[in-house]
Amino acid sequence: MSDTTSVNGLPRLNEPAPAFEAVTTHGTIRLSDYKGSWLILFSHPADFTPVCTTEFIAFAEIYPELQKRGVELLGLSIDSVYSHIAWVRNVEEKTGVHIPFPIIADLDRKVATAYGMVMPGASSTETVRCVFIIDPDGILRAMLYYPLTTGRNMQEILRLIDALQTSDKHHVATPANWKPGDQVIVPAPKTMEMVEENLKAGYEMVDWYLAKKSV
Amino acid sequence: MACINPDGTLAPSAQSILNALSSGPAKVETLAQQAGLPLFRVRSSMRELVQAGLVTEAPQGYILTEHGRARVSPPAG
Repeated sequence: MSDTTSVNGLPRLNEPAPAFEAVTTHGTIRLSDYKGSWLILFSHPADFTPVCTTEFIAFAEIYPELQKRGVELLGLSIDSVYSHIAWVRNVEEKTGVHIPFPIIADLDRKVATAYGMVMPGASSTETVRCVFIIDPDGILRAMLYYPLTTGRNMQEILRLIDALQTSDKHHVATPANWKPGDQVIVPAPKTMEMVEENLKAGYEMVDWYLAKKSV
Repeated sequence: MACINPDGTLAPSAQSILNALSSGPAKVETLAQQAGLPLFRVRSSMRELVQAGLVTEAPQGYILTEHGRARVSPPAG
């Protein structure tokens, strides 16, 4: 069972996201530059690779929808800024899709290490497909890790943003497969008194611990 | 530097910020609106513009230095 490969720790949900200052295709950026905005920090294995190219096109396509929700995008891979620039220019030349968001050139792996983006079992030289959703206060609110072989689902990322923002706004939770417009879940009561209050509130009740309402 | 080119010329985003500051002190939120740039870009650019001596931070927001005022481009037309 011994293994000499060091595995980086992962950041933790609902704690401050690890701070960084990084060289990007839009200049030197700090995490704190995003204060007041939601941020999706995502990694890809490498520039000029097929799955990553489809993902970047897909991220660019949802960027206007993200902006409507006050969300910025920030990509990352262990490549140079020159490689990033050449790749995004190539993507635009070949597909007509402009990549409007910055990409971190994490050659020293500082950001990748802080966020646990390198999974040695998958690749010791590339980041896996991570998504970190960071709220306007700099708190890490959600993480997704996808393997090298599987491109991410942009609709799920949008849905996750909608769910987090709805939870924050209305102090509710969201059920499986929730999408905007669906009923949300009222937090489960923790006292007998709260049970009685929920029973009188007119919620759609499955039972005392599962109540739904529209927002 | 991203907003100041190696030859010392200003990138369009930096020029927009300096022009926006020519009407008086401003905070990053106002500058983002006036320059049509995302907030993170303005915050990042302000660090470079301060470092280059074109802008300084004051209690009422960012203000142009003498060097910065000299780099404001006149309105077109």
